[in-house]
Amino acid sequence: MALFAYHAPTTREEAQRLLAADPAARPLAGGTDLIVQLRSGRIGNASVVDLKHVAGLTGVRALPGGGFAIGAATPSTGLKNHTALSAAWPGVVEAANLIGSVQVRNRATIAGNLCNASPAADSVPALIAAGATALIVGAGGEREVPVEAVPTAPGKTSLAPGEFVAEIRLLARPVGGGDAYLRAIPRTEMDIAVVGVGVALVIGADGTCTAARIALGAVGPTALLVADASAALVGSKLDDAALARMTAAVVAAARPISDKRGTAEYRTHMAGVLTRRAVAIARKRAETN
Amino acid sequence: MAKLAVSTTVNGDPAEFLCAPGDTLLDVLRGPLGLTGSKEGCGSGDCGSCTVMLDGAMVCSCLVLAAEAEGRVIATIEGVAEGSVLHPVQRKFLELGALQCGFCTPGFIVAAKALLEQDPDPSEHDIRYWLAGNLCRCTGYDKIVRAVSEAAAEMRQERTPA
Repeated sequence: MALFAYHAPTTREEAQRLLAADPAARPLAGGTDLIVQLRSGRIGNASVVDLKHVAGLTGVRALPGGGFAIGAATPSTGLKNHTALSAAWPGVVEAANLIGSVQVRNRATIAGNLCNASPAADSVPALIAAGATALIVGAGGEREVPVEAVPTAPGKTSLAPGEFVAEIRLLARPVGGGDAYLRAIPRTEMDIAVVGVGVALVIGADGTCTAARIALGAVGPTALLVADASAALVGSKLDDAALARMTAAVVAAARPISDKRGTAEYRTHMAGVLTRRAVAIARKRAETN
Repeated sequence: MAKLAVSTTVNGDPAEFLCAPGDTLLDVLRGPLGLTGSKEGCGSGDCGSCTVMLDGAMVCSCLVLAAEAEGRVIATIEGVAEGSVLHPVQRKFLELGALQCGFCTPGFIVAAKALLEQDPDPSEHDIRYWLAGNLCRCTGYDKIVRAVSEAAAEMRQERTPA
């Protein structure tokens, strides 16, 4: 594997300068996508800027108000081992821990999953449903955007040259809130989602759904936030009629391709099925919160 | 391209090597360090033949840059036996015939040992999911799962005072 340079900066500013100075420089977090692409030659003539030595980019930090800042170099296993994050956003933590194998999850990060911009990334629909934001560092300073604004097409992001994601941020879990992520794969482990569904709900004391966010993976060029499906649930008590409207909205929003892992028809149907199942899990979590 | 000087710890001993920026940890283990127990199967993180411990976490060494090893602690298959005394996982693999060609075996043993260090009594389900990132094309996995399970039972016994 040819690489021009390996850099291990210790501050965000230094990392940003290295990335800005070299158009071929790539931020390295877990490397489970980047190193594969470098080795296969899909990315050529590159250098890497390792984010794992940058202060504050490894680990989960509590934010004022009960939220969380997940450093871009934090592996999936690190999310699972964080008790408060796992209790607040189990759907996000479970999604990150469906990726690859234990070996992969000990390295792979959700910031990398987001920036690799695969339509089938497992953590992305869960993060979108949870209302996560990405803190992006660039020459002009920092900006915070909804995670769904980062991937723009398969393998493409909205990051400007020299920019990198430093943190993924989540708010505190709302009172009566619950989230879930489910995916369909032909095997039981070590596979890429044929459909992925992230759901986050808020259920009021009387059982009425007061907020909902539903995001789909692997049924479009990027993960999709389906506003119509969310709207079908808000104001309802998640009765059969509301769930049927939600399912119809999900099926209408899905625009998958057919490939070796599933046909477009199968993916579209499964998007509806999995969304209903994920809503049931999120609802149960919301009601016990 | 300038070579990078890396100081690390491998199987408890300090190790130093020179590497190119694009060398993987697996390249350096098998090359300059002469530790050829870790194998390169797929080179893309799918097969687990190159599994090593990096600061106590199992990883695919084909997906770690050698330069990333600076200051870290690495444990490979070569450090699993204590001298000529095999680890219970190694002994059970032999006793139960949990290998045929043996190419995947170092990765399975490193991964299985890591499992038993954090869970002394894993179920068959736990073992199969933990080892999902290690592929074997010979055995059909059954004997591997049994060997890990029996090694766990033996290690629990050893820990119980008589």
